Amino acid sequence: MILRRPFFWIILLIAAGFVYAPLRGNNVSLREDLILIAIAIVLASNLNLMIGYTGYVNFGHIVFYGLGGYVGLYLTTVRGWNLVLSALVAGVVVSFCAFLFGLAILRLRGAYFALASIGILQAVQAFVSNFDPWGRSTGMYLSFESYRPLGGARHALWITYFLIIAVMALSMVLSLIIKNSKFGLGLFAIREDEDAAVVLGVNATLYKAIIYSVSAFLPAVAGALMFFKNGMIDPSIAFEYMLSLEGIVMLMLGGQGSVIGAALGGTLYEKLRSYLLTSPVLSNFHLVIAGGLLLLVVLFAPGGLIGWVYRWVPRSRQVIE
Amino acid sequence: MKQLTLLAIVLFFLVLSGFAQQPITIGFTVSKTGALNVDSLEQYRGFELWRDQVNAGGGIKAGGKSYKVQFASYDDESNSKRVQQLYSRMILEDKADFLFSPYSSPLTATASVVTEQYERIMLTTGAAEPKTYTLGNQYLFQMFAPAPEYLKVALDALKTKDPKATVALVFEDSSFSVAVVTPAKAYAQQLGFNVVFSEAYAPNTTDFSAIIDKVIASKATVLLGGGHYADGSTLARQLYGHKVPLKMLTLLVAPDSSQWTELGDAALGVMVPSQWEPQSAFKAQYGPSGADFAKAYTAKYNAPPSYESAGGYGCGLILQRAIEQAGGIDSAKVAQALNATDVTTFYGRTKFSTAANEHGLQAGHSMVLAQWQKDKSGKPVKEVVWPLAGKSASLIYPIH
Amino acid sequence: MSGILASMIDGVLVGAVYGLAAMGLSLIWGVMDVINLTHGSMIALGMFCMYLLFGALGINPYGLLLPTMGAGLLLGFVIYWLAVHWVVGRSMLMSLLSTFAVNMMVIGIGTAVWSTSPYNVNFVLPGITIGAYTFTGNHIAAAISAVVIALALQFFLYRTRTGKAIRAVADNREAAELMGISSTAVLSIAFAIGIALACISGALVSTLFPFTILSGAGYQLKSFVVTILAGLGKPFGALVAGVLLGLLEGVVTPFIAVSWIPLIEFGLFVVVLVAFPQGIFGKRAAA
Repeated sequence: MILRRPFFWIILLIAAGFVYAPLRGNNVSLREDLILIAIAIVLASNLNLMIGYTGYVNFGHIVFYGLGGYVGLYLTTVRGWNLVLSALVAGVVVSFCAFLFGLAILRLRGAYFALASIGILQAVQAFVSNFDPWGRSTGMYLSFESYRPLGGARHALWITYFLIIAVMALSMVLSLIIKNSKFGLGLFAIREDEDAAVVLGVNATLYKAIIYSVSAFLPAVAGALMFFKNGMIDPSIAFEYMLSLEGIVMLMLGGQGSVIGAALGGTLYEKLRSYLLTSPVLSNFHLVIAGGLLLLVVLFAPGGLIGWVYRWVPRSRQVIE
Repeated sequence: MKQLTLLAIVLFFLVLSGFAQQPITIGFTVSKTGALNVDSLEQYRGFELWRDQVNAGGGIKAGGKSYKVQFASYDDESNSKRVQQLYSRMILEDKADFLFSPYSSPLTATASVVTEQYERIMLTTGAAEPKTYTLGNQYLFQMFAPAPEYLKVALDALKTKDPKATVALVFEDSSFSVAVVTPAKAYAQQLGFNVVFSEAYAPNTTDFSAIIDKVIASKATVLLGGGHYADGSTLARQLYGHKVPLKMLTLLVAPDSSQWTELGDAALGVMVPSQWEPQSAFKAQYGPSGADFAKAYTAKYNAPPSYESAGGYGCGLILQRAIEQAGGIDSAKVAQALNATDVTTFYGRTKFSTAANEHGLQAGHSMVLAQWQKDKSGKPVKEVVWPLAGKSASLIYPIH
Repeated sequence: MSGILASMIDGVLVGAVYGLAAMGLSLIWGVMDVINLTHGSMIALGMFCMYLLFGALGINPYGLLLPTMGAGLLLGFVIYWLAVHWVVGRSMLMSLLSTFAVNMMVIGIGTAVWSTSPYNVNFVLPGITIGAYTFTGNHIAAAISAVVIALALQFFLYRTRTGKAIRAVADNREAAELMGISSTAVLSIAFAIGIALACISGALVSTLFPFTILSGAGYQLKSFVVTILAGLGKPFGALVAGVLLGLLEGVVTPFIAVSWIPLIEFGLFVVVLVAFPQGIFGKRAAA
C-alpha cells in the first residue's frame, strides 16, 4: 500500500518543511519565495503525468491553471463563495473541460498532439479575452472585502499558502500512487509503444482520457488559490505560453517520469529564475541561461538530474521515486 | 587624546545626522522596458525632479525632523506579475514607507492588491481607471482625474464645431481605455452625436488595417480612442497611411508625449485629453508655480514636461504636504492628512474622495484638451484648445 | 470599392506574408520531421536585421532582403550544428525541446540587447488608393516579395540538383543515401533555407508596424496554422494556404469584432488537425 513506500514519507517530510520554515519568525519573504516553488512543483508534477508517464507532450498545460484561476476567482468574487469550495469546484469544472478537449485531441499522436494542445491554449485565451462575464481583456479584480471571511488580508495569505502546500503534497502523492498502480503500468505501456499496448489489451483511449482529465484537476485548484492570493486575473497572465513551456523545462531538468524529478526540477528552476531576475547584472540573461541548461540536458542528459543520480546510485531508484 | 576627541566629534555628528535626517523610502516600479516605457519614463522623471528638489532643500520637514527622500525602484517590464513580486519585495525587504504606483491602470490595479494587503499608503498617478477605488480600499490616493472625464472635453469641444458629426470609437481593450470609452459613448449619444462605429482591439495589436477598413466603411468623420503610446502612435500612423478622411482625431495618452513628433505629418491635428499642460496657469497654494516646474524640468531633461511628469511631481508634492501636516511618517496619520487634503498646486486642484465605496478617487482635478498645431515657424507644438477659458490657441477643425 | 472587397484585398496581402513565414517551417518539418520552435524568434531576428541594415545603410529596405537572407542562411547553419543535428531521428520531444531551448536563448539575448521596447523601420512606400480605400505600399511590396520568393523556392526545389536532393531526402532518407546523397549536408542546407525564409518574412514585416524580439511569436502561431492547413513538405502549398488564411480573416472581419479572429483561427487549427490528417492539400509524414 502507499504507506509502505518510503518515498511517501519523504513527500510528507518535504511538505512539513514547507509549512514550518516560513512560520518560524513569521518570515513572509520566505513564504513568498516558497509559494512560487510550490506552484512550480504542482505544475511540473501534473505535467509529468502526461509527458513522463504517458509520453504525450502537452505544450498547453497552463490552460488548466489559468481556467482554474478564472473559475475560482469568479466564484469567490462575483458569487461570494467560500475559497476552498470555489477551488474544488474549479478543479472539477476544469477537469471536465479537459475531458472535452481530450475527446477532440487525444486521438492525435506525437507532434500533432503537442501542436493541438497549443491550439487549445490559444483558443481558450482568445475566448476568455472576448468573454464579458469574465472581464474580457481587462480581467477580474478581487474585492478587498473577500479577505474578510478568512480573517483579513494577512491571515488569508497564510491560509492560502497552506492550502497550496497541501495541493503540492497531493500532486506528488498522486504521481506516486499512479506510478505504482496497474493504471500506471498501462500508461507506461502506452508511452513505450501505444499500438503494441492496445494489442496487449490496454484500453488506450480510456486511459488517455482519464489521465488527461486527472492532470488538469490539481493545477486548476492551485490556479484558483493562487489567483485569489494575487487578487486579480487577466488573459495575458492566466494563459502565459512561456509558463507552459517552463513547466516542460522544469520537468526535463529534474528528470521526467519520476515523482522527485518534477519536484527537483521545479525547485531548481524557480530558484534559478528568482536569483537571475533580481540580480542586476544577470536579469536579462535568465532566458539564455535557462535555454542553455535545457539544451545541455536534452543533448547530454535526457534523464535529467535524477537520471544522473539513478545511474550513480542504482539503489536510490527504490527509495527516491 | 586628540584622536579620541576627533573620534567623539565624528561620532557626535554621525549620531546627530542620524537623528536629524532620517531617510524615508518611497517604493515604485518603472516600466523601463516593454510597451509602456515611453510614458512610464516621463512619470519617473516627475518623481525624480521632486525628490532632487526636496532633498536639495534639506528634505521633508515634519514634526521637528528632516526626512531625506530615497527611492527603491525596479523595472517592472510593463508586466503585471513582475509588479506584484516587486511591490511585495519593496514592502517586505526594502521596507518602503510609502509607495507610488507604476504607470498605467492595469499595473496600478495589480500593485494596489499588494499595497492594500500590507496596509501601506500608495499614491497613484498615470492611472485613471476608477474601478480600483471601488473595491473597498483604505490607503489608495489617486492623482489623475478619473477615466470618465477624458473624452468629455473632446466631445464638448466637438459640439461647438460640428453638432452633427459621425463618431467612431476605436480603443484598446484594456481597463483604462474601456473605462474612458464606455461613459464617453453614453455622453456622445446624450449630446446628440451619431456613434456609427465602436470596437475594441486587443492590447498589443500592431496591425490596424482590418479595423481601419471598417472605420472607412462606417463613413465616420471623427475618431476617438486609442490606449497608450505604442498602439496610439501606430494607429495614428496607419490612419494617416490609409488616408482616412477624418475631421477630428482624438487619441488617449500617446499624443501628449514629446516623442509624438516622430510621426511627422501624421502627428499634426491630433488631439489629446490632458491632465495638465504647461500652459495651464493655476495659482499654486503650495509648491512651485507651473512656469517654475516646467523650467526646472526642461533644464534637467532637455524636453518639456508631459502630463505624466506633472502627475509624478504632483504625487511627491501632495505626499510631502501630507507628511508635513501629519507631523511625521506614521501611516495612519498621513492617511488622515491625505483624506483631508484640498489644495491647489501647479497641477490643479487635488482632493480625494473619502466615501467608502470610492475611497481615494480624485474628486477635484479637471482636464483640458490639447492639439498639435504648427507654430509660426512651421514647427509642431502642442496647444491647449479647450476649455475656452484657459486656451492658448484656437481649435483647428477640420484637421484635413 | 466596397468595404468587404477592401478587407479581402488587405487580407490577401497580409496572407501572402503569413504564407512566406510558414514556408520555412513547412520545409524543415517536411524534410527532417523536426518542428522548429525557433521559428518565431528567427522571424523577429529578421525584423532586427532589417532594422540594423536600414539604420546603417539607409537604402530601400527591399534591396536589403538579399543580405538578410544571407545572414539567415548563416544563422541556420549555426543552429543546425549546435542543436538540431544531434536530435534528428530521436524522439519528437527531444527535437521540440532542443529547438525550444535555442529559442529561449535567442529571445534572452535579444531582450538583453534590444529590451522589449518597440522598434520601427521608418520607410513608407506610396500606396494605391481605390475609392475611399488605400492599400499601403509597404503591404503591397511585402506581398509581392513573398510571392517572388516562393516562386524562387519552387524553382530551386524542382530545377536544381540541390533542390532535388532535398526533396529526395524528404521522401525517403535511406533511399537517398543509397543513391549517394549525403543526407547530413542536405539536412543542414534545408534547415538553413528554412531559417532564411523565416528571417526574410520578418524583414518584410518590419516596415509594417513596431516590433520587439517577441513579435515573432504571433507569426509562429500563424505559421503552425498555415502549415497544418497546407500539409507538410509542400512549401508552395504553404503560400497558398497563407493567402487563404488571410482571405478568411479579411472576409470575416467586416462582420464581427476583430478580437474574435484568434478564436476562429485556433478553433480552425484544432479542427483541421483532428479532421484532416493529410492537411487540406498535401501529404504529411508518418506521425
